[in-house]
Amino acid sequence: MFYREAGQFKTSYGADQQIFPILQDRLFVLAAIIAAFLVVPLFASQYLYTEILIPFLILSLAAIGLNILVGYCGQVSLGSGGFMAVGAYAAYNLWLRVPEASNLIVVFLFGGLMAAAVGILFGIPSLRIKGFYLAVATLAAQFFLDWLFARVKWLTNYTPSGSVAVGETQIFGWKIDTPDERYLFILAFVVVGTLVAKNLVRGHIGRSWMAIRDMDIAAEIIGFRPLRTKLTAFAVSSFFIGIAGAMWAFLRLGAWEPLAFDINRSFQLLFMVIIGGLGSLLGSFMGAAFIVLMPILLNQLPGWFGVRMSTALLSHLEFMVFGALIVFFLIVEPHGLARLWAIAKEKLRLWPFPH
Amino acid sequence: MIVKKAALLGAAIAAAGLMTAATAEAQNEQFLAGLIYRTGAYAPNGIPFANGIGDYYALVNERDGGINGVKIQYEECDTGYATDRGVECYERLKAKGPTGTGFVSPLSTGITFALTEKAPVDKIPIISMGYGRSESRDGSVFQWNFPLLGTYWSAADIIIQHIAKKEGGFDKLKGKKIVLVYHDSPYGKEPIALLEQRAKMHDFTFTPMPVTHPGVEQKATWLQIRQSRPDYVLLWGWGVMNSTSIKEAAAVGFPRDKMFGVWWSGAEPDVRPAEGGAKGYNAAMLQHGAGQVDVHADLKKYLYDKGKGLAKFEETGEVLYNRGLINGMLGVESIRTAQKKFGNKPLTGEQVRWGIENLDLSAARIKELGFEGMLKPLKVTCADHEGTREGRIQQWDGTKWTVISEWYQSDDKVLKPMVEAAAKKYADEKKLTVRDCAKEG
Repeated sequence: MFYREAGQFKTSYGADQQIFPILQDRLFVLAAIIAAFLVVPLFASQYLYTEILIPFLILSLAAIGLNILVGYCGQVSLGSGGFMAVGAYAAYNLWLRVPEASNLIVVFLFGGLMAAAVGILFGIPSLRIKGFYLAVATLAAQFFLDWLFARVKWLTNYTPSGSVAVGETQIFGWKIDTPDERYLFILAFVVVGTLVAKNLVRGHIGRSWMAIRDMDIAAEIIGFRPLRTKLTAFAVSSFFIGIAGAMWAFLRLGAWEPLAFDINRSFQLLFMVIIGGLGSLLGSFMGAAFIVLMPILLNQLPGWFGVRMSTALLSHLEFMVFGALIVFFLIVEPHGLARLWAIAKEKLRLWPFPH
Repeated sequence: MIVKKAALLGAAIAAAGLMTAATAEAQNEQFLAGLIYRTGAYAPNGIPFANGIGDYYALVNERDGGINGVKIQYEECDTGYATDRGVECYERLKAKGPTGTGFVSPLSTGITFALTEKAPVDKIPIISMGYGRSESRDGSVFQWNFPLLGTYWSAADIIIQHIAKKEGGFDKLKGKKIVLVYHDSPYGKEPIALLEQRAKMHDFTFTPMPVTHPGVEQKATWLQIRQSRPDYVLLWGWGVMNSTSIKEAAAVGFPRDKMFGVWWSGAEPDVRPAEGGAKGYNAAMLQHGAGQVDVHADLKKYLYDKGKGLAKFEETGEVLYNRGLINGMLGVESIRTAQKKFGNKPLTGEQVRWGIENLDLSAARIKELGFEGMLKPLKVTCADHEGTREGRIQQWDGTKWTVISEWYQSDDKVLKPMVEAAAKKYADEKKLTVRDCAKEG
C-alpha cells in the first residue's frame, strides 16, 4: 500500500539510473541520514555513542571495504584485521611525527592510502591463487602485519609495552573529543564513504569486479584485465578498511596494541559480510549491526527484564544464543540479512493484497 | 512469515529498551563497578579474583553495614579479558548509582591502558594493583592511575635481586643467560625495559621470547630454550599460558627451581594442572601469599556460614582470591579516607581519587582490618602512586606455596629515572600538563 512504485515514471536516463530509483526508498534513506545527523544527538547518551553507534559505524565502513573485495570481486580475504592495523599505525605515525598534518581528515586519508598500498602488495598473489587458497594467502598478510606492529619498535614509537596512545585530535582547529563530536565526524565519513562505494560498485569499475567474480576467464575474454581489476578491488577495499582501522584506533580506543587488530578482527569482519549479505552495501551495515550489537544486547537483556543471574551464566548464555542466532539466520536465508530485507520489500509491494 | 518473526523480535527489543529506565536506584549507596571475567581463556585466574572482590564488598555490607554507613552497591560485568569488551563494560557501569563508580580495577593491562585515556575525562580513578603501566606510578603525570603494591618493573627488579642473591651477588650475574617467556601483549612486554636495563648494568644476556595469546602453543619457544640452555627463565604469563609453560618446562627438562614467575604467574591454577611437574617452581609475591588470616574468619562468620559466599570456603585462602580481597579492601579504605574529607555519603570518582592518593595504611590498621601478615604498611602520595614496592619469592612444593625469601624492595635508584623518563615521554606525546607534586597538600 505504502510501498508501491505505480505512477513513478522515469522520463530521463538520469532518473532511471539514480541510486534509489523508487521514491519511497529515497525518502527513507534521506530521512535516516537526517535522523542520524540531527535527531540522534538530541537524545543519545554517552554509552549509546561510544559503545553502540561509534563501533557500529566504524565496523560498517570496514565491512563495506571487505564487501567490495569479497562480495563484489569474489576474492576471499582474511587479512582485513591486518589492513585495519596498517591504517591505524600509519595514521598514528603521521599524527605523531608530522604535527603540521595532524588534521584528522588528512591523518585518516593517509591511513587509508597506506593500507591501500599494502593491500595492493598482498593482492598480487590473487592473480595466481584463487578461492580458499587466496584466503590462506591473505592470512599470511594478517600474521605478517601483526608481527610487524608488535616487533618493529619505530612504528610504536619505542613504547616499552608496544601500546600506543593518541592525545589531541582535531580537524581545522576544531577539537574532536566528546562522544557526540566523534559520532558526527565518523558519521560524516561513513556517509561519504558509502556514497563513494555505491557509485564505484554501480559504475564500470564495479561491473568489472563483478565480472571477475562471476567468471574470471570470461571476464578476461571480454576485455577486463584481471590483474588491474583485482588489484583495484584490493586497493579500494583496503583503503576503506584502513580508514576504518584509523578511526577505530583514534576515535574508539584512544590507546591500542596490535591485539586490537588480530585475526579475530578479520574473522569478525568476514562474518559481518557473510551474515549481512555478500555483494550488498546495505548488508554491510546489517552485518555490522548484528555482530556488534547482538552480543551486547544479549548480555544486557536479562538485566532489563529484572532477571538476576550470575555473570558467568550470563556470558555463557550470550555465546550460546549468539551462536544459535547465526545458525538460524544462515539457515533461513543463506544470502544474508540484506536478502531478507529484499524479500520483505517484495512482499511489501503487494501488501495488503497478495494474490 | 520471516518478516513477522523479525518484527516480533524488534518489538521485544524495543520493549526491553523502555524497561531500562524503570530500575530503581538506592540513593545512599556507593556504586562500585566490577570489571571481571568469569569466562574465556583466562577464567581460571579471573574467577577467584572476582570472588575475592565480591566477597569483601559483601563482608563490608554485612559486618559493618557499609563504609561508615554507606552501603556498597556492586555490579559485575564480564570482560572476558578483551579490551574492547572491557571498555564497553566500563562505559555501561561508570555512571550507575547516585555518584557513578568510585573507581575501577579492570584486572587486565590492556583494559587499563585503554581506560587510562578515559580516566581524566570521566574523572574515575583506576586501581591497577600489581599491573598496568609501570610508569603510571608517577602521579604527577598519571593523576588517575594507581598501580598499588607494585608495578611490573618492581616485580622484575625483585626477581633479579633474588637471583643475584642466590648467585651470591650482582657481580656473579655477569655472563649468565636469562630468558623472559612473555604473553605477547602490553602486559608481557612491560618488564622488558627494566630487564634490558638490568642486563646492561650487570652484563648478563637477556632474551625475550614472546608467546601469542592465549598461550597454549609454546613448543617452539621451549625448544629454543632447550637449545640455548639459559640459566634462568622468567615467566610473564596469565591464564592457561602459565600452566602450559610449566608443563613444557617439565617436558624439556628445564629445572623448575630456576623458573621465576611474576605474581600473576604464581597462583594455584597455574601450578596444579602441571601436577608433579610444577614442584620447585618459583614466583614473586605481590606482598601476600596463600593462606587464611583473620579476615577469613569474618568471611566465614558473616558470609560462608550463611551461605552467601561466592566461592567455597576452602578456596578462600588461595592466592588470587586473597588478591581480590586486598583489592577490595584497598578500594574500601580509599573511600573511607576520602569520606573523612568529603563526608559519609556516596562519593564521586574525583573524590575517591583524593582518597586513594592520601591512603595511608599503618601496620596497626592492617591488623585491625584482619590482613596482618599479608601486607606491608603502605602510603600513597602524589609523587608515588605505588604506595609500597616490596615483595617476596614463593615456591610451589607440590601441594602448597611456601615463602622462601626475605622481603626485597625494588631498587629506586634504577627504577625512578626510568619511571620519570617514560612518564615525561608520555606527557610530551600527549601534550599533558604535569602536576607539581611539591605543591600538593
